[in-house]
Amino acid sequence: MAETTIGFEPPALVLAGAIEHPLTDITSYRAVGGYAQLERARAMSPHDVTDQLIQSNLRGRGGAFFPTGRKASFIPTPDKVAKPIYLTVNADESEPGTFKDREIMRRVPHRLIEGCLIAAHAIQSKHVFIYIRGEYSTEYDVLAAALEEARGAGLLGDVELTIHRGAGAYICGEETALLESLEGKRGQPRSKPPFPAIQGLYASPTLINNVETITNVPKVLELGPQEYAQIGAPPDSTGTRVFCLSGNVVRPGAYETPHGITVRHLIEDIGGGIANGRTLKAVMVGGSSFPVMTPDELDTKLDADSLGERGLFIGSGVITAIDDQACIVQFALRVAQFYMHESCGKCTPCRVGTRWLVQILRAVEDGSASENDLEVLLDVCDRIIGKCLCVLGDSAAMPVASCVTKFRDEFRAHLEHGGCPFGEDSSLAHLFAPVDQHAQVTA
Amino acid sequence: MIDEIREIAKQYPESKSAILPALRIAQEQYGWLSREAFEQVAEALDLTPAYCMSVASFYDMFQLEPVGTHMVEVCTNVCCGLVNAQAVLEAFERELGVSPGSTTADGNVTLRAVECLGGCSTPTIVAVDRRYRQSVTPEDVPGIVAELKHG
Ligand SMILES: Cc1cc2nc3c(=O)[nH]c(=O)nc-3n(C[C@H](O)[C@H](O)[C@H](O)COP(=O)(O)O)c2cc1C
Ligand code: SF4
Repeated sequence: MAETTIGFEPPALVLAGAIEHPLTDITSYRAVGGYAQLERARAMSPHDVTDQLIQSNLRGRGGAFFPTGRKASFIPTPDKVAKPIYLTVNADESEPGTFKDREIMRRVPHRLIEGCLIAAHAIQSKHVFIYIRGEYSTEYDVLAAALEEARGAGLLGDVELTIHRGAGAYICGEETALLESLEGKRGQPRSKPPFPAIQGLYASPTLINNVETITNVPKVLELGPQEYAQIGAPPDSTGTRVFCLSGNVVRPGAYETPHGITVRHLIEDIGGGIANGRTLKAVMVGGSSFPVMTPDELDTKLDADSLGERGLFIGSGVITAIDDQACIVQFALRVAQFYMHESCGKCTPCRVGTRWLVQILRAVEDGSASENDLEVLLDVCDRIIGKCLCVLGDSAAMPVASCVTKFRDEFRAHLEHGGCPFGEDSSLAHLFAPVDQHAQVTA
Repeated sequence: MIDEIREIAKQYPESKSAILPALRIAQEQYGWLSREAFEQVAEALDLTPAYCMSVASFYDMFQLEPVGTHMVEVCTNVCCGLVNAQAVLEAFERELGVSPGSTTADGNVTLRAVECLGGCSTPTIVAVDRRYRQSVTPEDVPGIVAELKHG
């Protein structure tokens, strides 16, 4: 059974010490300086720790790239609220193409735990929850064992840390859905405001951060915020990313590099280029929730600003190479099917819109659609984007709209050909999409 | 089981939060979430069975109908799809003689197609009894099926 390839370009921060072998036990973690920053942090005032996070400009690795220190500073201090303060770590990792948090948890669980305890100190929280996706069994075992070690070593102090296992629902990665789920409900997003920092878990102030974000925290303190802020593509995209490289490349894997490397460098140099002598057709950048990239955009740097100039997103660090054997209509269809399946059903544009996307894309794929249907498709996307309670709706519409816009010729070819011009030769031909109680079977 | 669930519930400020771990325990015990399983969870957490059912139906990992002794879940999202997921799924269909979403006649194996499992750099990911097998190819499938027949 092949293991995930792990690599880095200096400096490795999140995966430091764990590139060659996982660093799962507390003794080996301590040997690379583990838990030293927790001790330092606890000697500092909470305010000073938050301040270091602000100065480092560490930003969220869960998708939205929100400044972490600033988010922590929104949490009221205990003297201002009569309620407990919670830290919730988002380990629900379900964005298609994303596997970095899984690698982090099974390779450096103690660095995540150290990050949790430092962040808990910064916001003066006494109870931390790690919400881990239900399918991650091995990762849960590793993390739970590490937690017991940390507890046994007395590192938790007066902080409680609970690992909570999800049960298979992509939407529970959305922060307010995660809180609902953690409260024992169906994981349907809440409307914001109030924001979780004010009314989160059990209506108490709650900080929610991604696994990779929190795992950066000990490194911010170790290097010092100034040095951390020099790494990557300052001032906005500081530090590193654990990029998730997959698809039709020679060497897929989890690669930690500073922000600001080009997509080309990642795919061609680190990933060894496109496999089987084929050529690149498109790249899924950030995750399946975002617009796709075309090969002429390959020199774009992987930082928020450079991607933003092209209407692209860094998301959860996904880079999936799609070669010329894949039909882009089938790709868009499979992506749309995912969001239809995962829509929580709370708001109409998303619940109904995702079904329409699937129906129209299916008609394009089998050749029964007309040129006008492409406009309808874009129109449906338009009616979803920005009109839903949470971002899942946009996440369905943005990739579909980008496929239609950037690959209109291939969509047209389906109409002219009266069906898929690839026939049975597309790598994605007939790709089965799960259907169960979540999706309407008729769609 | 009720005691075990109540023990877990103590980790949470409100016991209702323990519903997912509780349903997981019940499913492990009964094989699927039967009426009786829901009644046990409800009893342990002071909830109603109907409430527990409404929550369980939201989550993909909870089985509301009987399933096989073993579970084979094949990722068919795009990253695995680009490499060989469909061929792997079809190999399981052939070897097991069932389509995705159904169970072999002897009740031994349930085959499911699932969304991205988060192992995209080692496609295709197949979760066998909830444990990941990485880089599964169609050629690996007969071996996995044989393993389940004898295990
Ligand atoms: C549909 C949807 C799914 C999401 N899934 C995840 C996820 O699996 N993991 C994650 O960290 N963030 C996910 N997010 C983003 C979270 O809402 C939130 O922004 C993030 O956890 C905040 O942490 P960060 O600031 O450290 O990135 C998702 C958002 C949406 C709208
Ligand atoms: S956008 Fe979709 S997933 Fe989000 S709340 Fe609305 S229906 Fe639910």
